[in-house]
Amino acid sequence: MKPDVLKKQAWKSQGPPSDKTRKLTFIQAVNEAIRQAMREDPTVIVMGEDIAGAPGREEQGFIDAWGGPTRLTKGLIQEFGPERIRDTPISEAGFVGAGVGAAATGLRPLVDLMYAGFFGVCADQITNNAAKMHYMFGGKVNVPLTIMTNIGAGANSAAQHSETIYSVFAHYPGLKCVVPSDPYTAKGLFISAIRDNDPVIIFNHKLLMGMRAGPEVPEEPYEVPIGKANVVQEGADVTLTGVGYTTQICIEAAAELSQQGYSAEVVDLLTVSPMDEETVLESVKKTRRIVIVDEDYPRCSFASDVSALVAEQAFDYLDAPPCRVTPPHTLVPYSLALEPLFIPTVERVVAAATEVLQ
Amino acid sequence: MANTSATLDKKTLLWMYETMVVIRKFEESSKREADAGKLRGMHSSIGQEAVPTGISAHLRDDDYALGTHRSHHHCIAKGVDLNEMMAELLGKATGTNKGKGGTMHIADINKGMLGANGVVGSNIPVAVGAALSAKVKGNDSVSVVYFGDGAANQGSLHEAMNLASIWKLPVIFVCENNRYAESTPFEYSVAGESVAKRAEGYAMPGVEADGQSVLEMWEVGKEAIRRARAGEGPTLIEAMTYRYHGHFGADDPLNYRTQEEEDYYEARDCVEQLKNHILDTGKATEEELASLDEKAGVSVSAATKFADESPFPLPEELTTDVYVNV
Ligand SMILES: Cc1ncc(C[n+]2csc(CCOP(=O)(O)OP(=O)(O)O)c2C)c(N)n1
Ligand SMILES: [Mg+2]
Repeated sequence: MKPDVLKKQAWKSQGPPSDKTRKLTFIQAVNEAIRQAMREDPTVIVMGEDIAGAPGREEQGFIDAWGGPTRLTKGLIQEFGPERIRDTPISEAGFVGAGVGAAATGLRPLVDLMYAGFFGVCADQITNNAAKMHYMFGGKVNVPLTIMTNIGAGANSAAQHSETIYSVFAHYPGLKCVVPSDPYTAKGLFISAIRDNDPVIIFNHKLLMGMRAGPEVPEEPYEVPIGKANVVQEGADVTLTGVGYTTQICIEAAAELSQQGYSAEVVDLLTVSPMDEETVLESVKKTRRIVIVDEDYPRCSFASDVSALVAEQAFDYLDAPPCRVTPPHTLVPYSLALEPLFIPTVERVVAAATEVLQ
Repeated sequence: MANTSATLDKKTLLWMYETMVVIRKFEESSKREADAGKLRGMHSSIGQEAVPTGISAHLRDDDYALGTHRSHHHCIAKGVDLNEMMAELLGKATGTNKGKGGTMHIADINKGMLGANGVVGSNIPVAVGAALSAKVKGNDSVSVVYFGDGAANQGSLHEAMNLASIWKLPVIFVCENNRYAESTPFEYSVAGESVAKRAEGYAMPGVEADGQSVLEMWEVGKEAIRRARAGEGPTLIEAMTYRYHGHFGADDPLNYRTQEEEDYYEARDCVEQLKNHILDTGKATEEELASLDEKAGVSVSAATKFADESPFPLPEELTTDVYVNV
């Protein structure tokens, strides 16, 4: 049944990404972060499905056939080898759980969970073990595990492959959740997450992967601090908060609003848990209005949390009620005719901002 | 004399031939639609037509089938309407799922197609539940679940097989071993290099079959489904097959497998094999087969036209069907 036709073949990989201008794509920035984190710390290992690709076929000349489902780990196996760049079977409960165990015993695993919607397969490992071990064991065991996963609608992939569900994880004390919004924050957050002694989940939005926008990416390793939001652009009339991809939406909306004569402040929240309450409150106390833009489901969500924070702690400063721009309480539709109606858009943000500005 | 694959009647042979040709033409057409940007890629089942065809020859509308991200062939073999399938791929209101599920989630409960599923391994326990339902209701429906060699490494398979076995449920676990999970070779990911052998641990028959031979699939399917209907419990079938295309959309499989290997399998193409068998045994003429090819082409073109001309769902569909009642 099994033909012996696997022959030597020239290596086809393009090799690691590089770009001298330092205007890296999101993918290149993440790739560089992982590479540098692995160079500085030999306990960092990476596990996931097809993170290198064609595992076991190195001798036949196949290596790095995929480099990760979104090519975030392209070229790493050539430098670090299969011991540290581990292709896994499709066994998320197994390898995410193994990540927890390895983290608890001295490694710093970075584990790839292809899409956030697949967390259900390994939820127990994340919520019962990674989140709880440090606390339950009286602070005596650390779990420096990093999980990276893809989020976001906009790719015509239907309900299971398009979720932006960081709120689920933020609900759990013990887990840190970060969401890069551009190549610069991606590299810095990856470095911070891998160095962090707690379990951190990094949510990468599909639609950001090819992007080159934002600040230039320094060559040396640097951290973007976990738990700190970033004021991307200052403004006086209204605060727009974004997370990941919706930060880009907010930046575009702010540009449109400025044409209408309004000055919008854009806050990139960056960390969903622990939340940077101070930056949000400071901003809204100044602008007196807030539009919270988020692609996650709206119920019991990060957006509701930010809204509650502002309502509870900055009520006296507000000139309008906090406003959320999110998808409706529904699942991500497949049809190209419906999917754009799910995602928060620049138009919806501008409309919401105009409303609170009245 | 009872039918065995060697003495299969003309009607069954031609049904299987036509089904496989329809699947292939459907996949060629859906790839063209994807290349034209009408859907953002899909997982082609070309090469694997024989597996669900041989199995489905024994199935009724009131039997269940459950699939994977790569399931167009499962759906067609189970009798799902081509027009509605193609419309679903294009996200149209007339699709099997009203455009809400798409290529990875086609379902048609009237045909017993309980859904394709994009989460690897996720459908296996659901199939056990469908079988449980048949058993509790006291009918003789069976439940077939297709999953890949990659899915064989999910924990859900372990739990589902054990449950089906201890409760003697009418489930047929069909592993389509196409040798790859994305770029991961089966021999790397499956310990012991056999899925079928795992059946032993669950006290059920585990059969390895040539998934490129629809006659062999028919044969092993027949016994597994007989057992299930008779209340004798589940069977695991490992169908050795091959996907001719990349995993998805733009994937180039020559990054992880050789041209020689591809040639080896294409030389054993399931459609060609059945065609030769039919002609060699004189069950039908070249002309009869050519007319079935043409008929398949006509129905796939009609489906593509239907899909193209169908309306998109209305905006309010975004929030309907989340609950039965609100
Ligand atoms: C739980 C889960 N993990 C990962 C994926 C991503 N994924 C989609 S298909 C696939 C490979 C599946 O391989 P196999 O089961 O052999 O089926 P095939 O694609 O060969 O038909 C992977 C890893 C997924 N959809 N679900
Ligand atoms: Mg496979």
